[in-house]
Amino acid sequence: MASILLVDDSASMREMVSFTLKGKGHTVSEAEDGVEALEFARKTSVDLVVTDVNMPNMDGITLTAELRKLDSYKFIPILILTTETGSVKKEQGKVAGATGWIEKPFDPDNLLGTINRVL
Amino acid sequence: MESEVNIDLSQFHEVFFEECSEGMEIMESGLLNLTSDSEPEVINTIFRAAHSIKGGGGTFGFAEISNFTHGMETILDGMRNGNLPVTPEVVELLLAALDCLRHMVQASKDKKPIDTELVAELHERLENFTARTSGAPVSETSQSAAAPAISEAEEEKEDVSVWNIAFYPHENMFYTGNDPFRLIRELQGLGDLEINVNYDRLPNFDEMDAHNCYLGWDMVLRGDVSRNQITEIFEWVEDDCSLEITLQEKVAEAEVEDVEADVQVRAADEPRSGRRRSDRPSFANQESTSIRVGINKVDGLVNLVGELVITQSILSRVCNNLGIDRDEKLSECLDQLERNTRDLQEQTMGIRMLPIDFAFQRLPRIVHDLSKSLGKKVDLKFSGETTELDKTVLEKIGDPLMHLVRNALDHGIERSEVRLAAGKSEKGLISINAYHQGGNIIIEISDDGAGLNPEKILKKAREKGLVDPNEELTETQIQNLIFSPGFSTADVISDVSGRGVGMDVVRRNMTDLGGTVDVDSIPGRGSIFTIRLPLTVAILEGQMISAGDQVFIVPLLSIVESIQVSDKDINEVANQSELYPYRNEYISVIRLREIFNIKSDDEHENRSGLLVVIDIGGRRIGLYVDDVVGQQQVVIKSLEQNYQQVPGIAGATVLGDGAVALIIDVLGLVQASQS
Repeated sequence: MASILLVDDSASMREMVSFTLKGKGHTVSEAEDGVEALEFARKTSVDLVVTDVNMPNMDGITLTAELRKLDSYKFIPILILTTETGSVKKEQGKVAGATGWIEKPFDPDNLLGTINRVL
Repeated sequence: MESEVNIDLSQFHEVFFEECSEGMEIMESGLLNLTSDSEPEVINTIFRAAHSIKGGGGTFGFAEISNFTHGMETILDGMRNGNLPVTPEVVELLLAALDCLRHMVQASKDKKPIDTELVAELHERLENFTARTSGAPVSETSQSAAAPAISEAEEEKEDVSVWNIAFYPHENMFYTGNDPFRLIRELQGLGDLEINVNYDRLPNFDEMDAHNCYLGWDMVLRGDVSRNQITEIFEWVEDDCSLEITLQEKVAEAEVEDVEADVQVRAADEPRSGRRRSDRPSFANQESTSIRVGINKVDGLVNLVGELVITQSILSRVCNNLGIDRDEKLSECLDQLERNTRDLQEQTMGIRMLPIDFAFQRLPRIVHDLSKSLGKKVDLKFSGETTELDKTVLEKIGDPLMHLVRNALDHGIERSEVRLAAGKSEKGLISINAYHQGGNIIIEISDDGAGLNPEKILKKAREKGLVDPNEELTETQIQNLIFSPGFSTADVISDVSGRGVGMDVVRRNMTDLGGTVDVDSIPGRGSIFTIRLPLTVAILEGQMISAGDQVFIVPLLSIVESIQVSDKDINEVANQSELYPYRNEYISVIRLREIFNIKSDDEHENRSGLLVVIDIGGRRIGLYVDDVVGQQQVVIKSLEQNYQQVPGIAGATVLGDGAVALIIDVLGLVQASQS
């Protein structure tokens, strides 16, 4: 069981991903955008981050880069969950330090599988 | 092996639809503000909203919504990247597409079929636009570029392949959250894996940085494995390592150092897991700062609090009567209870309060579309958008507001040439202002247009038989004629302001909410419509009045004043209706006792009483009552839910002494008295 920080500006998406994760016994903390997530991360460490890319205030890629600057977030897996499929974005994600990329439409099996692999 | 996860998606639909509506509002207001010199953030915001709807649509099983939004997103993406210029044409197209999307969302929500023709038409327009404006379709960029080429001969299926994998992570691999051990574990899942650790790069202990990865691995993988399966595992680290994957011919058993390898791999994992564990205790499960709850839960709470308020006031009264409030401790507790109850009530009502700009969101679009089709130039200005009011009230003022704005634009604001000729600025201005006043919210919709034309209104009203040909009317009365049922001043009934149903409906809606709407206008200068509403519909500031042994409640908001009258001041007119001379006008008198058939044996009847002057939409009537008892905040209980609708009665409430009092629906009462 892991503690997971979930970042997505869409409430329905948060609700569903969170539901999926909690169903597997994970504890989930939610943030609505990169800024909120970063604020949370400065105070609290988790085992895994799942973040959307397109968000107001701070996008998921910038967030990933910012999280990697925090001591407690240097080595934990950061998964990007997004509708973006473009290779450029993926590359940016990698450079920023993302561990993996999961494409939406979101498939619970796929997410849980990836999470099991990286944890 | 992962277990199949079965999730009932429908449980998220409500939130998704709500989010779609919010997203579409954001897109709409963004599009309306979008010009070629807009800040990039305007486009980004629109794009993000479209993007979210697309993602959610795909996830929650609305492929049509997702596909359609993708077409919009493609264009927005082009504009975002500067590949597509922002033109009025494309904005119009996106607005039309947005309307279609709105239809799709609504249809999905109502579980009704989607108008596929409409969708197909707009989809085509979107695609044509994309194809026409960019040589290479922009949408290609969003196609998956993930799958690498797979055409090597070695891909040919062989039952057992032997792969040599040389995997040398860069020192900083841990910084991407990747872990060689995990990758090796995944390789093990593919087949029989032999692992050789190469620790040539391992520095002296004092030079070692625990955050870095110094090890490399030479591995041999045997099994029915394709190159793709292997590269997939390394997809996310290929930039952070040197990786060589080669297919071996049938080789003799490679020399293996199994045991050692395993130990080394675990060692490499150490820094990460060590850190993680030690950090965990500081983790507190924090949730986001707001929650969504069903409105029925909030309403349930509001109701309960209402009951509590009543019980509390009964309790104080009972204690008072018994004289036990002289017990200091008890009376202190009662005071405390009263304060807490009041605070609780206020807080609870606060949950239902939302800023009024929710009701303003649709207006810019309407003004945009309408000013275009009417060929008028106009600015729309808001102030006081954050003023809060009850959700129920908020939901019901959307349409009336829309109507008033349409009306201002259609009838109020003049064409540019007319304005210029009248010495006004070329562009008209419609401003909407909201603010609190007492326990009410005031919304003013003003325009700097032509104003109401009294002669025209009066002439029209006479033609329609709304006014007696010889009747003399004050200016206010004339202005108020526009709220009469069946009145429309447009020379040709336009599509815009409706077909003669309009202002009367606006007024009726406001009355239903316990509020009022009035107009004030100066010919040539403009008009101002003022809406006055209670902040909430669950609680009413009530004036208690009595007739016989019964107590009624009249909404305080509608009362102008109460005056002592004697019967000789009331004139009976031929058709049995009674009139009272009130400030230069005659107002009709309604006797509460007669309406509700209250007989009593005391001599009090019809001698002298109080006339409560009530304003119903600019028109005044006098309610003849025995006495005015006092004012009280009352919690409204629906009569229909518990009994049935009664004309002239808006609901009931329980008074402080536990007695039930009926709340008078003033407009309904007037209608009931006329029939």
